[in-house]
Amino acid sequence: MQFNNIFKFNGGVHPEENKSLSTTLPIARLPIPKKLVLPLRQHVGHVAKLKVKVGDQVLKGQIIAEADGNISAAIHAPTSGKILKISEEIIPHPSGLPDFCITIESDLKDKWIEKKPIAWKKLDSAALIEMISSSGIVGLGGAVFPSHMKLKVNQNQSIETLVINAAECEPFITCDDMFMREKADEIIQGTLIAQSILHAKQCVIGIEDNKIEAYQALKKAAQKTSIEIKIVPTLYPSGDAKRLIYLLMGIEVPKEKRSVDLGIQVFNVATVAAIYRYLELGEPSISRIVTITGNVQNPQNYEVLFGTPLSELIKAAGGKSNKTQKFIMGGPMMGFDLPSIDVPVTKAMNCVIESSPELFPSPKPVMPCIRCARCADACPVNLQPQELYWFSKSSQLEKAKDYNLFDCIECGCCTYVCPSNIPLVQFYRYAKSEIIAQDKAKEAANTARERNESRLARIEREKKERAERHAQKALGAQEKISDDEKKSTIAAAVERVKQTQQENIKN
Amino acid sequence: MITALLVMIFLAVVLGLVLGYSAIKFKVDGDPMVARIDAILPQTQCGQCGYPGCKPYANAIAKGEADINQCPPGGDAGAKALAELMGMEFKPLNQEHGVQKPRAVALIDESTCIGCTLCIQACPVDAILGAAKQMHTIIASECTGCELCLPPCPVDCITMEPVLENSQSWKWKYPVYNIEKTSKA
Repeated sequence: MQFNNIFKFNGGVHPEENKSLSTTLPIARLPIPKKLVLPLRQHVGHVAKLKVKVGDQVLKGQIIAEADGNISAAIHAPTSGKILKISEEIIPHPSGLPDFCITIESDLKDKWIEKKPIAWKKLDSAALIEMISSSGIVGLGGAVFPSHMKLKVNQNQSIETLVINAAECEPFITCDDMFMREKADEIIQGTLIAQSILHAKQCVIGIEDNKIEAYQALKKAAQKTSIEIKIVPTLYPSGDAKRLIYLLMGIEVPKEKRSVDLGIQVFNVATVAAIYRYLELGEPSISRIVTITGNVQNPQNYEVLFGTPLSELIKAAGGKSNKTQKFIMGGPMMGFDLPSIDVPVTKAMNCVIESSPELFPSPKPVMPCIRCARCADACPVNLQPQELYWFSKSSQLEKAKDYNLFDCIECGCCTYVCPSNIPLVQFYRYAKSEIIAQDKAKEAANTARERNESRLARIEREKKERAERHAQKALGAQEKISDDEKKSTIAAAVERVKQTQQENIKN
Repeated sequence: MITALLVMIFLAVVLGLVLGYSAIKFKVDGDPMVARIDAILPQTQCGQCGYPGCKPYANAIAKGEADINQCPPGGDAGAKALAELMGMEFKPLNQEHGVQKPRAVALIDESTCIGCTLCIQACPVDAILGAAKQMHTIIASECTGCELCLPPCPVDCITMEPVLENSQSWKWKYPVYNIEKTSKA
């Protein structure tokens, strides 16, 4: 396929970009902090399994928690040091609740474990995927899905097209932009590796037209390859994988299907570069690029080791200013307020925005819905946000589900355009988590019913078996031991005793 | 006249056969109402309703012997759902049977447990693991929080621990915002 046309999706919005704030300076490296806190759950799927205990010495790049099952990712020590504690700590999550973390006290030597590059060209896909499963690499665009699972292709599937997501559509975030400008070669190498693992026939990189420098860097790096680089118009949310697929190929991924079912796989630029670094250099996933921007003195991108306290990053960017009310993780459209600045940097943290009243004025008063349907015009997934709002607001969860609530990508376009300032996405999030909780409770009730029924059946069966045994015994007692038999056994016993007595006398 | 009669007889026979066949083919075993009531009940199997489990209570409701507001774990929401299903007026939970409590699971203090197996016999969902004179433990993921293991324990080593919210079970809250005056008129 030639990627000549750009197919425009419905809706979308174009908020003020605010990207130039953090693109004036090159990516800097944050010094190694004294203490690193690594949550065991930094990815989608099962929580990682501990491989260390308190007091252990670890080297940089050493596995400290391994993947538990297929959908899980390993965690590596980002620097050398000692395991200080394994405890519950506050993590960057909208709930503000603590989760299990490993705390490492760094020895500031930053001593690497022996790096083992992998001769990936000689290995077959299955063996390679097995190796990548211990790399700790997850989708660095923000979805944090374990990458080795995305490289695995079922027998009845084949990947036609590999799409590399370089859109980075949310305002303020520039971590991918700067990464592409500086490490275009790594991205192209990683893309070629992913393409060869997936046996994808073609590969296209989709990038928004507000990142010309990054586009040129990629173009230069991809000169001798068959990778196509395609510019898409700047329109939020073009960085959503399914929106990007539509933009580039005009293919709509149907409800309840994934893009792999249509022979398309999507990776973020930083993720393929991480795959390259793991296979070619033997370096697991221990750091990422984080944008720190907004109301800070020096907005910039930093390469930060996972586990670094966010406060260190804020300090490096010029410290917290007086006007700062809060810190947002992610972009202004989909991000959430961080519960504290003591949270560690995790695999999902692409951007931190220091918020001030000038940047994000407090929301205007909410007014009633006037049924203008502007939200429907803006919805990139063709839903009816106004209907979903009414159903979610009145907790008619079944109805909301019928109106495809779960196809909502929570991009926030509807909230952005609402003239009545209704926080629509918050209602959808509420309805979604309520439905998920109810489904879980239902499932638990079903298990309890099954267990109760099988217990009752077992008790019934045991009762019956016991009754049968008793009946048989009673029957046997009556039949076998008749009077004659009793007499003869007694006689035999008496005979035996007499014999032994006689023998004793003889002796 | 004869044709009309024949047509009617023919129709009667055909429809009769169809009905007879479907009565056998699509026969529903048991009372479907019981299953639907049982699906609403929380399956705690605690017996607070006065029946030895959720299924017997569902049976009693279906027969009209029991009221719909006798299930404390289901609470008012459960009574509402039952009222809707049965086409009855909603009644708030009857406090005589107990009050709705936050979800909890049993926890055995393993140093005090003497291994008497009495709690194992009481557990309606086989969520306790152990053997005679061996320490017992609760399989927390299977425990319904029915509290039936508490009274038989001779050494009172079982406590109910409330299930706390974690980052996985956390839910987005219902959006609440203040309605403000926009004009001073």
